[in-house]
Amino acid sequence: MKLALENCNGRHPAARANAPAALRGMSLQVASGEQVAVIGPSGAGKTTLLHLLACALKPSSGALQLDGRNPWNLSRSELQRLRGELFLAPQVPPLPPRQRVVTTVLAGRLPHESLWASVRSLFYPTDIALADQALARFDLSDKLFERVDRLSGGERQRVGLARALATQARLLLVDEPLSALDPTRTQQAIESLTQAASERGATLVATLHHVEMALQHFPRIIGLRDGELAFDLPAAQVTPERLQQLYAQHLDELNGAPPTAPHDAPVVAAPVAMNCR
Amino acid sequence: MRVPVKRPLPGNTPPALRDPAWRGRVFWALAGLALLWPMLVLTEFKPWLLLEPDALKPALRFLSDFVPPRLDGDFLAMVARETWRTVAIATAGLTLALLLAVPMALLSARVLSISALTGRMALLPAVVRQLVRWLLIVLRSVPELIWALVFVRVVGLGPTSGVLAIALTFSGMLGKVYAEILDSGETHATTSLLRNGSGRLQAFLYALLPQNAAELTSYTVYRWECAIRSSAVLGFVGAGGLGQQMDASMKMFNGSEVATMLLVFMALVWLADRISAWLRRGLA
Repeated sequence: MKLALENCNGRHPAARANAPAALRGMSLQVASGEQVAVIGPSGAGKTTLLHLLACALKPSSGALQLDGRNPWNLSRSELQRLRGELFLAPQVPPLPPRQRVVTTVLAGRLPHESLWASVRSLFYPTDIALADQALARFDLSDKLFERVDRLSGGERQRVGLARALATQARLLLVDEPLSALDPTRTQQAIESLTQAASERGATLVATLHHVEMALQHFPRIIGLRDGELAFDLPAAQVTPERLQQLYAQHLDELNGAPPTAPHDAPVVAAPVAMNCR
Repeated sequence: MRVPVKRPLPGNTPPALRDPAWRGRVFWALAGLALLWPMLVLTEFKPWLLLEPDALKPALRFLSDFVPPRLDGDFLAMVARETWRTVAIATAGLTLALLLAVPMALLSARVLSISALTGRMALLPAVVRQLVRWLLIVLRSVPELIWALVFVRVVGLGPTSGVLAIALTFSGMLGKVYAEILDSGETHATTSLLRNGSGRLQAFLYALLPQNAAELTSYTVYRWECAIRSSAVLGFVGAGGLGQQMDASMKMFNGSEVATMLLVFMALVWLADRISAWLRRGLA
């Protein structure tokens, strides 16, 4: 899938009205099948960029084009069909704790499945082999019928990535896929991800706190700082000086300290849960 | 050398160190009491009347009839038959209520809205949601006793009117609380599926339901327990089951029969409690 952002501003719906937008004046072109890593210190707008591209956030100004179409001009059902063509993997894997791994991975297929087929798949998983293949790429085949809440944090994150591979999406948007993984798993996970994306010709945009991994595995690097584009260069031209500049005042993050928690914009207080009924 | 810390006396605390929330707390506590008082007057709340000998004697006589409970074979066989009927009324009523409540809960749950994923919910779904909520209010604000009196006139005396009455009132309660459980739980898994293009029912089946299954189940079992109790009350207006027998025994001032049936009710409530605990352990 081909992406184009023209002078986009991204503002989180829960943000205060006078706060500056999380992402400002963003222009970007990504060709179909390209693999791009987004780096930058925490709070730079990496997640907001992914949400804009995933049609999870409407740009407050500027235009987004996916395959030459502006998704926000489509009708709601067409937009939902378009969303089925892309896959956003959030940093915290969105897996219900009581679900089995096989079901959770196969949930990636839902947009391309009829309601009837998805109900049947709850009674007996219809494509166990597909789930197994996706899990095998992340070395998790033995967890196929395990429950999600029996897994470690790193295993859960890899199950979330396996779900991305079970989809038929033509655009993969992956938010911090490595934040809970140890060094050897990190290498394997990023290789599986880039390899699978290029096998199916899908466009891949990943945010990474792991600068070294980004430079090693992605041909094109986008640097974000304070909600603005700092640079957009081939990996070979990203010099240590540029990185120093990008991460100035956040040097601990450049040296590999993982982000502690997803930096979402302020959350609106949820209504009090009624526990005594 | 120790410098003595100056501690202000309680009476003359400097204003900066006074708890600013204190005045509001006192005000609202007093306001609550002031509102409660007319209600106590209005309801003629005089609990000491219970202890006056004139009132106490007949009450004690009625209660002393309760022991020993009647336990002969014929009567127990009848009680067993009617208990079975009561359980059947409650279960059938609750099943019908579920058939009505589940679609309404899905229609009124906010998490399953696709347009609300990005900003405000669109107009049409918001209107539908509000209409369903009002329908739920109508269904549960009419007491099941009134529905039963209506249905007794339509379908005649017997369990059918009890089943229909329970189905209508309970669908209102179940629908409202189901929607609240779905909306108040963790929604990350559900919104992620919707964002990636799944349908609403698919997102419900693959994320929202597994996320909330235990709470939904335990609430449903609790409502089944309530349905058993409420079928007893409905029996008094001729909707069949143990309640109708209890009404008959009460009219005959036969305390020992009433006692047996009350014991059966306690056993049923205890049973519901056990089933709920067991199901929750299974789903945990």
